[in-house]
Amino acid sequence: MTLWIAIVGTAVGCYLLKLAGLSAPRALLDHPVVAHFAAIVPVALLAALVAQQAVTSGPSFDFDLPRLAGLAAAVAALLLRAPFLVVLLAAAAVAAGLRLLGLG
Amino acid sequence: MSEAQPPPPSAPAEPAPRDHPSPVRSGLAVGLAVGPAGIAFGTAATTAGLDVWQTCVLSLLAFTGASQFALIGVVAGGGSPLWGGVGALLLGARNTLYGLRLADLLQARGPLRRLVAAHGVIDETTAVAIAQPDPKSARTAFAVTYATLFALWNATTALGAVAADRIGDPDAFGLDAVGPAIFLALLWPQLTEGGTRLRVALGGAAILLATTAFLPPGVPVLLAAAAAAVPVAAQALRTAGARPSDGNGDERDRP
Repeated sequence: MTLWIAIVGTAVGCYLLKLAGLSAPRALLDHPVVAHFAAIVPVALLAALVAQQAVTSGPSFDFDLPRLAGLAAAVAALLLRAPFLVVLLAAAAVAAGLRLLGLG
Repeated sequence: MSEAQPPPPSAPAEPAPRDHPSPVRSGLAVGLAVGPAGIAFGTAATTAGLDVWQTCVLSLLAFTGASQFALIGVVAGGGSPLWGGVGALLLGARNTLYGLRLADLLQARGPLRRLVAAHGVIDETTAVAIAQPDPKSARTAFAVTYATLFALWNATTALGAVAADRIGDPDAFGLDAVGPAIFLALLWPQLTEGGTRLRVALGGAAILLATTAFLPPGVPVLLAAAAAAVPVAAQALRTAGARPSDGNGDERDRP
């Protein structure tokens, strides 16, 4: 029962958090300082997410060789101006390939 | 699987400008690449002790991967599910910040549209939407990513929950490397421009790396928002000061 309460609470809470940003009042969104912050804050959050997914696992650091090599392959593809899908395939192929070889 | 993806039928005939992949194609690619992670969630949730219904309800109604994993992580570790819920909400709080940006970009008219759009405000949809050159493409990209990911995430959650022990680890296909590669690729055009956005991105990543070891999961990513507050405060101070603005205000006209 506690589990169901936690599940429903999480679901409702997560939805309300999403809705809160999207429903911010017009006057707030039009304020120059808020508008400037809102425009660049996804860049900060998503960049942090890249770092998090690259070198952490749960609450601690985790330097996984195939994963890091896959990400490095993605960076190489981006530097070569490869299309989006090629970037993703490069990351997957290198990480999966190294795991197939038994590394990591 | 991204490898098996056919060319999207509705992609525009003309190639999009160099730094902006077509909204439909990038939305489908992100949905197809991230969606299968639902298998990992379904498997982990049933292993943690949730039944199939509880697992599927979470994916359908919470629909924000990091929060879902946070809840079941606590349950798996024997902690109180209610504390798991608190952790899940901490991780979900960043979606509020995304919503501030998407409110302007999506211009969801009418309460019903906004209620439906709100459920899709997550990392992936935001990343694809803000990578678009104009609001119209951003809306298309958001909708395609949302629809593809929602369908696939829920289907694979059910699959993982029902057939937990008969399915391999998605990481064997390198999907754990694809996750960060997606966000990096979508941010890339803004990063290579240099300037404020590059500094904000580097600052956000640095804050995360510096605080991960000390703070509960979810808090470091939220704290990274401070990297965006620095140039905003500097700009506000300049504007408020005697000197006229030096014209950095164009930042907010970008999608």
